[in-house]
Order: sequence, then C-alpha cells, then structure tokens
Amino acid sequence: MQLAKVIGTVVATRKDPSLTGVKLLVIQPIDAAGQNTGSPLVAVDTIGSGYGETVFYARGKEGGMALPEPIAPVDAGIVGIIDQVYHSGVVQERKYERKKRE
Amino acid sequence: MILAVVVGNVVATQKDKSFVGKKLLLIQPVDPEGNPAGTELLAVDGVGAGVGDLVVAIAEGGSARQVAKSKNPLAPIDLVIAGIVDRADTESGTLYL
Repeated sequence: MQLAKVIGTVVATRKDPSLTGVKLLVIQPIDAAGQNTGSPLVAVDTIGSGYGETVFYARGKEGGMALPEPIAPVDAGIVGIIDQVYHSGVVQERKYERKKRE
Repeated sequence: MILAVVVGNVVATQKDKSFVGKKLLLIQPVDPEGNPAGTELLAVDGVGAGVGDLVVAIAEGGSARQVAKSKNPLAPIDLVIAGIVDRADTESGTLYL
C-alpha cells in the first residue's frame, strides 16, 4: 500500500458494468512527509473517502477486492483514510561492510 | 520481495475491515548497501517487526494475503512484511543490523 492525497474526482458514464455505482477518484501518491511522488492516478474508492483527504491505496487487483463485486477490473483502490503518520526520522544507520579486494 | 527498513507507522480509523487488528507499518525500501531507494510504502506486519528492523516485504497480492493470515480471502492487501533480515550478503559487501 502507499500513501496518497485525493485531488479530484472522475465521472464516467460508460464503463464496465462491474464498476456501476463505484466512486472514481484522482489521487496523487505522496511520501511520508507529504511531498508528491510520481504521477497522479485514478483509483476506486471502497471506504468513502473524499477530496483533500490523505488515504492509502492498494495496487493491482487487490485494490478492488473491497468492492461489492470483488472481481472488478481495477488496478488501484483506496482502502483506508490516514489520521496520522508517524515517521521515526532518518532511516536508522545500518552497518555495511565492504569486502576487501584481494 | 523487497528489502526495506521499518521507519514508522500510521493511524487510520476508517479502513477496510480486513485491516482491523493488523499493524500497519511505514517501510522505506533500501538498496543492498542500506541506502534509501524510492518512496516510503505501507505494509501489513506479518511477523512482528518493529521500527528500526531490516525486513523483506512481499509486494504481490496473493502471497501477501497468505502471509497476513487474513480470514477474508478477498482482503485488499498488496504488501506485507514476511521476514526480519539478519544479514544480506552481496558481491560488494554485507548489510546487517
């Protein structure tokens, strides 16, 4: 799953029948600091999120599994609304030993 | 599978019911030398990992659901932490805790 911000909605009258009644939202993937990362995409909404909210979404078929019709043609789906993100700060220092050249 | 460091967590009240009772961790993918590679991702914890751990995460739906031990066969989970890494050896060196 990845964090994203809802930045718009999509209206599509003619679509696959299994997407009838499904809300389509435009989302912008973000990092933990809230900065945009990558291009916006369209995702189905499965939990009732709306414009301006920070959400998390699942990629692939899994994104649509929370829909009334789980086997829907979906490649991204919003599955939760984020209240708070906790980031511990820097990526903790790992030890890395370079092999000595013989 | 991807190599990553657990860097935090998120709080989400409104979420799909498959996530209830599961730990959602913020992970930072890293390269084999431990440098950050790409954006932070959100993973379900399947092994009891915590902040600071080096882990392997599965980024594929079918296997992710299996590791997450989800009761719902149609859980919308696409990323799960499947193991805590003790050390990763590559041609150029070793990454460890």
